[in-house]
Amino acid sequence: MSAAAHSVVEPSVTSKRVAAALVVVYAVISMIPLFWIFATSFKTPPDSIAYPPKVLFTPSIEGYCNLFTTRTRQTPEYINSLPPATSFCDETTRKRNMVIAGPSNFLPRFVNSLVIAFGSTFCAVFLGTLAAYGFSRFKVPLADDLLFFILSTRMMPPIAVAIPIYLMYRELGLSDTALGMILLYTAVNVSLAVWLLKGFIDEIPREYEEAAMIDGYTRLQAFRKVVLPQATTGIAATAIFCLIFAWNEYAFASLLTSGTAQTAPPFIPTIIGEGGQDWPAVAAGTTVFLVPILVFTILLRKQLLRGITFGAVRK
Amino acid sequence: MAEIRVQSLRKEFGSFVAVQDSNFVVNDGEFFVMLGPSGCGKTTTLRMIAGLELPTGGQILLGGEDVTMLRARERDIAFVFQLFALYPHMNVRKNMGFPLLAQGMPKAEIKNRVEETAKLLRIDHLLDRPVSGLAGGDRQRVALGRAIVRRPKCFLMDEPLGTLDAEFRDLMVHELRELHNRIHATTVYVTHDQLEAMSMADKIAVMNRGLIEQFGTPKEIYDHPATMFVADFIGSPPMNFLKFGGSLQKGAKEIVVQGANVAVPEVREDFAAADFALGVRPEHIRFDDASKLRGSIYGTEYLGTTQIVAVETADGMLKARVPADIQLRMGEPVGLSFNPQRLSLFDKASGRAVHTSAREGVARGAAHG
Repeated sequence: MSAAAHSVVEPSVTSKRVAAALVVVYAVISMIPLFWIFATSFKTPPDSIAYPPKVLFTPSIEGYCNLFTTRTRQTPEYINSLPPATSFCDETTRKRNMVIAGPSNFLPRFVNSLVIAFGSTFCAVFLGTLAAYGFSRFKVPLADDLLFFILSTRMMPPIAVAIPIYLMYRELGLSDTALGMILLYTAVNVSLAVWLLKGFIDEIPREYEEAAMIDGYTRLQAFRKVVLPQATTGIAATAIFCLIFAWNEYAFASLLTSGTAQTAPPFIPTIIGEGGQDWPAVAAGTTVFLVPILVFTILLRKQLLRGITFGAVRK
Repeated sequence: MAEIRVQSLRKEFGSFVAVQDSNFVVNDGEFFVMLGPSGCGKTTTLRMIAGLELPTGGQILLGGEDVTMLRARERDIAFVFQLFALYPHMNVRKNMGFPLLAQGMPKAEIKNRVEETAKLLRIDHLLDRPVSGLAGGDRQRVALGRAIVRRPKCFLMDEPLGTLDAEFRDLMVHELRELHNRIHATTVYVTHDQLEAMSMADKIAVMNRGLIEQFGTPKEIYDHPATMFVADFIGSPPMNFLKFGGSLQKGAKEIVVQGANVAVPEVREDFAAADFALGVRPEHIRFDDASKLRGSIYGTEYLGTTQIVAVETADGMLKARVPADIQLRMGEPVGLSFNPQRLSLFDKASGRAVHTSAREGVARGAAHG
């Protein structure tokens, strides 16, 4: 290594500016679609399909009204005979010669997404932590082969086994059930969890558990009181990765769920309004769908960053 | 507090024998040091006493009770790790109270015991600090505190001073010994540092390749090493060896080294003709022009009160420790004489010390027997 390789040169002002400009440009490019979806969710249906596209518009929450309700077309005479509208949504709907018939399926689908994503994340992280601890601390026969087997389950795109799984689930009665989806996502995520967490647990010196066991605790107690608190960073990072996968998963969800256990991703594109796709409602669904993952990621962003760079820095 | 008795202890890792047939007794209240180079099996022995490794064979008795196969938590011992293993997510108070919590001791009593112990170690002002910010010596004291607070049957320490810098280590050696004098806890201390061992131990076991080469007081081990390994490992610079041949008879008081007659302690056993080594500590060499044993000055290291002089002889280099005021020139021929009562004789083939009058009353080395 030459000396130059070690010397740290303070970047010049110009290069800093160029770097900053690049970051800003990249951020803007990445954010435009998200911003457009967010803006569309506050447009009226005519504004959303206006050409040229409207950047400036009068905001409306009609998209959100349409997202959470189903509506039926009625004659103006019938609408006039109704008692006065009680909410903004009522009013907007009536202006379009429709009345609210009832709640839409969005809320239950959203709840399904929450249950399935968080449930499978919990299972994957729980099993992953125990398995990773076992691999990290005990002499497991054929440990390397088992770890490779676990990793190999990730080598094929999961959707490649869609049809066998579809048939299997139909036989087992797991099709369109939350349990089936939790099992499936857990199976996909557990390998990631084992590998990621093994790395984190390997970094925790064994002496801590040995000290705890000498101090009078069982191995399980030592694991709970000494190893787990120190593995929280790794567990949080792993949980985010698992959650993002389960939350975003579309292919299996659209194949295996159609009714009671359907998650939000396959549901959102099916929101149809009067005369075609109801874009503001779709955009509103997407925006609402983004919120939990956004909150979760912001809350745990430090751990996520550490999860990404893990192994690069020794505490 | 209790006596530790180790009988025929053996540990194998696959085909590798880490500890073979160890036997020793640490009396109640004794400070016992296991000394040896890395990989000699001292830490493995300690971990077997702690219950962190299970032996392949043999027995460990703690206060008369056979604990060989008991779990660590059932043995009532305390262990101080090389890197202290203070729980990073707890503060000092919680770290020290952790072993008491396991016993289900009431909170108020834990508080009292922790504070009492902290005072003993002079760390009571640190109790509510997180352990991550502590200096090396304070970490050391917290680790000791966590061990003491429980009043266990014995303390096991695995090179606890290994990570401290030299100056601080001296202070901690002193503190540890002082603490031991106050609480008289049976202690097993593992180190590769002979100075630590010599300055703290009541008894030392010198280990090499899984074997205990010698078990004895620091003085016995230094003055009467049982094997050439011990002679070479202890002392800085180590013992010099001069080889000589022939046979040894009971009652012999003189040997011939490089054509010179050298007086030695009276030999107490017969040996057929073989290769032997005369062991002499650097400080027992004097320059004596009348001596037939000759050499020439090769170099000197000035140490203030003494100097280490390398002398080239027909049998290789010897190191002598002589007063600093003796003037010496490079290449100068000198005669060497030894203090007869302080010499050791070794059988070169086995490395074992020859029994002589000087070794009277010294426990025979267990090794190579």
